[in-house]
Amino acid sequence: MTMQISLQHRFAGFALDVAFDVPAGVTALFGPSGSGKSSVIKALAGLMRPDRGRISVGGQVLLDTDQRINLPPHRRRIGCVFQDDRLFLHLTVRQNLLYGRWFSPDKGGVSFEAVVDMLGIATLLARRPQTLSGGERQRVAIGRALLANPQILAMDEPLAALDEARKAEIMPYLEHLRDQTQIPILYVSHSVSEITRLAGSVVVLGKGQVLKTGPVAAVFSDPNLTPWLGGVREAGSVITARVAAQDADGLTRLETSAGPLWLPKVEAAIGATLRVRIAAQDVMIALQRPDGISALNILPATVVALRMGDGPGAMVQLRLGEELLLARITQRSAVQLGLAVGAPVFAVLKSVAVAPGDIGAPPITP
Amino acid sequence: MPDWFSPDEWRAIALSLRVSAWATAVSLPLGILVAFVLARRQFWGKQVLNGLVHLPLILPPVVTGYLLLLTFGRKGFVGQYLDMIGVVLAFQWTGAVLAAAVMAFPLMVRAIRLSVEAVDARVEQAAGTLGASPPWVFATVTLPLILPGIIVGAVLAFAKAMGEFGATITFVANIPGQTQTLPSAIYAFLQVPGGDGQAFGLVLVSVFVAMAALAVSEWASKAVARRISGA
Repeated sequence: MTMQISLQHRFAGFALDVAFDVPAGVTALFGPSGSGKSSVIKALAGLMRPDRGRISVGGQVLLDTDQRINLPPHRRRIGCVFQDDRLFLHLTVRQNLLYGRWFSPDKGGVSFEAVVDMLGIATLLARRPQTLSGGERQRVAIGRALLANPQILAMDEPLAALDEARKAEIMPYLEHLRDQTQIPILYVSHSVSEITRLAGSVVVLGKGQVLKTGPVAAVFSDPNLTPWLGGVREAGSVITARVAAQDADGLTRLETSAGPLWLPKVEAAIGATLRVRIAAQDVMIALQRPDGISALNILPATVVALRMGDGPGAMVQLRLGEELLLARITQRSAVQLGLAVGAPVFAVLKSVAVAPGDIGAPPITP
Repeated sequence: MPDWFSPDEWRAIALSLRVSAWATAVSLPLGILVAFVLARRQFWGKQVLNGLVHLPLILPPVVTGYLLLLTFGRKGFVGQYLDMIGVVLAFQWTGAVLAAAVMAFPLMVRAIRLSVEAVDARVEQAAGTLGASPPWVFATVTLPLILPGIIVGAVLAFAKAMGEFGATITFVANIPGQTQTLPSAIYAFLQVPGGDGQAFGLVLVSVFVAMAALAVSEWASKAVARRISGA
C-alpha cells in the first residue's frame, strides 16, 4: 500500500506547496518548526481542508479538490498519533484501545492481544489514562490508533512532548511497530536521531516546500541539506552494518559494504543487522591511509560532493562501498588536500554510535 | 404526616414537583443543543440567540409571563394554532411547565455551556480519526465529558422551576388544584389575614427541596468528575 499526496495551501505569511509519495515502511517527514509538517498531517487526516490538493491511499481517493472529493476524517481510516496523546479521560485504557474497533468496517487487522503485547501495556488495561506516565500514555495512543485498522499510521511528533528518559523508553516500541506491522507509517519529526533510527525514507520540508526525498542514508548525507538538517552539529549519516564477530578484547567487529568497523562491545548476536550513526564532525579525511594513528576505523572512500559553507567549514560527501558518509572539515583543509569530486581518499572515523534499540536490546520498562 | 397540610396544599406541592420535573426534562435536550451551539459554533445572529436565551434572567418575570400570554395564549400568535390542534397552555398546568422551563433555561444553558467549553476539541478530533462520525463523537466523547455540567444545569433548572412565581402566575394564574404551585400557594396564604402559619409550612418545604436539590447536584457532579479525572 502506498500513498500519494499533493497539497497547496496559503496560510498567513507562508505558502504550503508539497507533493510526495509514501511507500511501505516508515517515511519520515522532516523539517524545522513552521516548515508545514503538521499541516500535512492535518490535511491527511481531514482536519484541515487545503486550497488545492489530492491525496490517495492504495488507490482510494481521500481528497481531490478538483473533483470535489473530500472525505470526512471518520471515513479516511488514517490512524493518528498526536504530540499530545489525546486519550479519552472518561474511559479506561482498554476502552481507549478498543474505541476504534466499534467503527472499523472490517474486523480483521491486528489483534488486540498482539498490539497490547507489542506495546507492553498489558498491565495497564484496567487503569485510567490520568494515572499513566507520559510514555505509557503515548504507547496507549499508538495502540488505539493501530487497533482502528488504519490504512496509514500518521504520527505527528509523538515523542516531542516527552523527556529524554521517556523517549528512550518508548523508542524500542516504535521499532517493534516498524518491524511487526505492515501498515505504512508517516512519521513527523524534527529530530535527526529519531529519524535515522526509525525511518527508511525521508521527505525534507522547508518553508512549505519539499527540499528533498529519498532513502534516509542518502538524504542525511547530502551536504547541500546540512543547513536544513539542524545545522552542522546535527549533521551525520547512517550506515547499515552486520555484526560479524565479538573479539576477545571487548570489541565488536561490524561488517559494512565499505569494510570492517570495530566498536566497543555491542550486545548483539552474530549476524544481527543494525544501523550506526556517524556524525559529520567525527569524520576526518586523509589522502593516504594514515599510519601510526590510534583510530581503528579507517575506510577507503571517494568524494561524491563538496559544499563550502558560509563560515570556515565545508561539508564533504563520501562514498564507502554502497554507503554514503558526510564529513565536516574546514575549507582550508579542503583546499590544502585539493579535494575534488571523484578524488580517492580515506575516511577516518573518530566515533561511531549504535542506537541501543537498534541491537534488539530488551525494552526498558519503568 | 398528611395532617401537616390541607389537600390543596398537598396538591400545590405535588404540582410544583411535577411541573419542575417536566420543565427540566423537556428543556434539557434543547438546553444541551443550545449550549453546544453557543460554545462551539460561529454563526450570524449568535449574539441574538445568546440574548434571547438570557432574556428571562433579566426581564421582570411578570413581563416574561405576559409575553408568554401574548405568544401562547388562546389568541396568541402561536397559541391560536396550538388551539386548533387542541393544545391549550394558558391557565393549564402545562402552561406552568412552559413558564418554568423558559425561566430556568438561562441557568441550565450557562451551566452546560461552561462544561462544553472545558472539553478539549482536539480529543473529539482524535475520536473522528478513529472512525467515529460526528454524532457518535458527540454521544461517546462529548456527552460523557460534559455530564457534570448537565447534572448541575438540570438540578439548577429544577430548583429554579420549583421557585418560579412571577411568570407562572401571570401566564396560568393561581387556580387551587389546577395551576396553584408552591410559591403561588404561599402567596395566596399571605394575602389572607392569619394565613402566615400555613404559609410557613410551605416555606419550609421550599427550603427543604432547594437544599436537597443543591446537595444532590453537588454530590452527583463530584462523583462524575471524580470518575472523569480519575483522582
